[in-house]
Amino acid sequence: MTDFIIETPKGKWEIVCGLEIHCQIISESKIYSGASTEFGADPNEHVSFVDAGMPGMLPTLNKACVHQAVKTGIGLRAKINKYSNFARKNYFYADLPQGYQITQFKYPIVGEGEVLIDLPDGSVKSIGIERMHIEQDAGKSIHDIDPKKSFIDLNRAGVGLMEIVTKPDFRAPEEAGAFLKKLRSILRYLGTCDGNMDEGSMRCDVNVSVRPYGSDELRTRCEMKNVNSIKFVMQAIENEARRHVGVYENGGEVVQETRQFDPSTGQTKVMRKKEFAHDYRYFPEPDLAPLVLSDDYLEQVRKEIPELPDEKKERFVSKLGLTPYDAIVICENKETADFFEKAAKGHDAKKVANWLMGDFFAMLNEKKLDLKDSPVSAENLGKLVELVSQNVINGKTAKDVFALMAETGESPEKIVEEKGLRQVTDSSAIEKVIDEVLTSFPENVAAYKGGKQGLFGWFVGQVMKASKGKANPGIVNKLLREKLG
Amino acid sequence: MAVDTETVKRIAFLARLKIEEDKIEETKKEFNDILEWVEQLNEVNTDNVEPLESVNEFHLALRDDVVSEGNQRDDVLCNAPDAEYGYFVVPKVVE
Repeated sequence: MTDFIIETPKGKWEIVCGLEIHCQIISESKIYSGASTEFGADPNEHVSFVDAGMPGMLPTLNKACVHQAVKTGIGLRAKINKYSNFARKNYFYADLPQGYQITQFKYPIVGEGEVLIDLPDGSVKSIGIERMHIEQDAGKSIHDIDPKKSFIDLNRAGVGLMEIVTKPDFRAPEEAGAFLKKLRSILRYLGTCDGNMDEGSMRCDVNVSVRPYGSDELRTRCEMKNVNSIKFVMQAIENEARRHVGVYENGGEVVQETRQFDPSTGQTKVMRKKEFAHDYRYFPEPDLAPLVLSDDYLEQVRKEIPELPDEKKERFVSKLGLTPYDAIVICENKETADFFEKAAKGHDAKKVANWLMGDFFAMLNEKKLDLKDSPVSAENLGKLVELVSQNVINGKTAKDVFALMAETGESPEKIVEEKGLRQVTDSSAIEKVIDEVLTSFPENVAAYKGGKQGLFGWFVGQVMKASKGKANPGIVNKLLREKLG
Repeated sequence: MAVDTETVKRIAFLARLKIEEDKIEETKKEFNDILEWVEQLNEVNTDNVEPLESVNEFHLALRDDVVSEGNQRDDVLCNAPDAEYGYFVVPKVVE
């Protein structure tokens, strides 16, 4: 990757950025209580007395949340800590009825790992994972119902979260974008988080500082909380970095503070200065004993890990002959990769990939359909490619057949037979058509023979037209060359 | 480590406890007495000893992922000073 440098008349600067990502764990019930995690219920319907912070209620840890966290840790190529424990993070806010969040602090369940990101120039960069811990989500506050009141819904309070903390390894906004895409892809493959940033099931805090290009110092950083799309994360990093450069070049110092990214302006504004920074007074959670995982358990979870995007991409390149770019695009989404594999089975995988990424995706886009609702099944896409490989139809006809498949959902064989689109590979039949064309245009034949070689393509076109597009172009070319001498 | 007046006020604020001005000196003394007593532990050599996080010997029991609670909105809201449309209602909090 070429370095992202902020260059001004006064100097060159580089970005140092790290991310903290909160990912909602997919589970039936909450992390410390038996209330449902279902989204979209009436307010405060999915609330137990634990979630409501009633005195004397005790949390109990959900087995499935631990399981999901271990899976995620393995997907992040991270060390799973067999010993971890819980801590109280104290702060006062209306959507946190206990007055503290039960999280992990000193001993998180997942330690150091890495995520490989694919950059636009085809290179791969490793982004370090510092740690991942599990904790509870807070409730939701609604501020726009009444000018003087806030409304609190605790349905989300107590839903399990995984907080993933990266190392400050990002040097460009695009790297953070590529990371979030890759992380989302891994989580979805694993089925541990649905990764929807717009619905808040994946939320990103961004830490940014800058330093003179080439130096290795770490300067004061600012944090932007809850930036809720990949595009905004990239914007926030760039704009905040430029703000820092401006402060330094005007002789100022950056103050450590929490800032808020405003999507409407793309700028950040101060939310909380350090002197008002939270004092969380962490201490070990007395209501939950330490969590200890056995080697057997970890071994068992490892066996459940599906093939992840990196391995799938590698296999598609080395075994199926795809280009790295095609493989990356196809593997980002597990459903797409599965569809591709089904379509490519027994057929020319490279050609199937071309069809998938070309006409097929264009068709879904145009019809505004999800892959699962595609009128063209994976099997039928594979068969279409096969018909071309077997010379039953030519490439041009295949496009027409595909359009009909998208319209009717029929198999390509049926369309080819019913519409009589089978290409003519019989040399004598094609020869007849060529003779007719040559006889009809004697001037052009003379011109060609007189040196106007550029007319060759025009003859091919005429023959294809006369055969209603069904002639095999290879044979047409060969015979035309022979006849025109 | 001695606690000063400002620290007493700050801790009271974080704990949302109202301590009257004329009680601050007294509270400060109590804090310092407690700390002094606990500081006796400094006499013990703890080099290479991990902090004790829990005195329980047992490990955590885990719960199956089953929905077993909820649908009790009226009970959840019954102690709330104010509730409307099924929500808790609190004075405006926007950071």
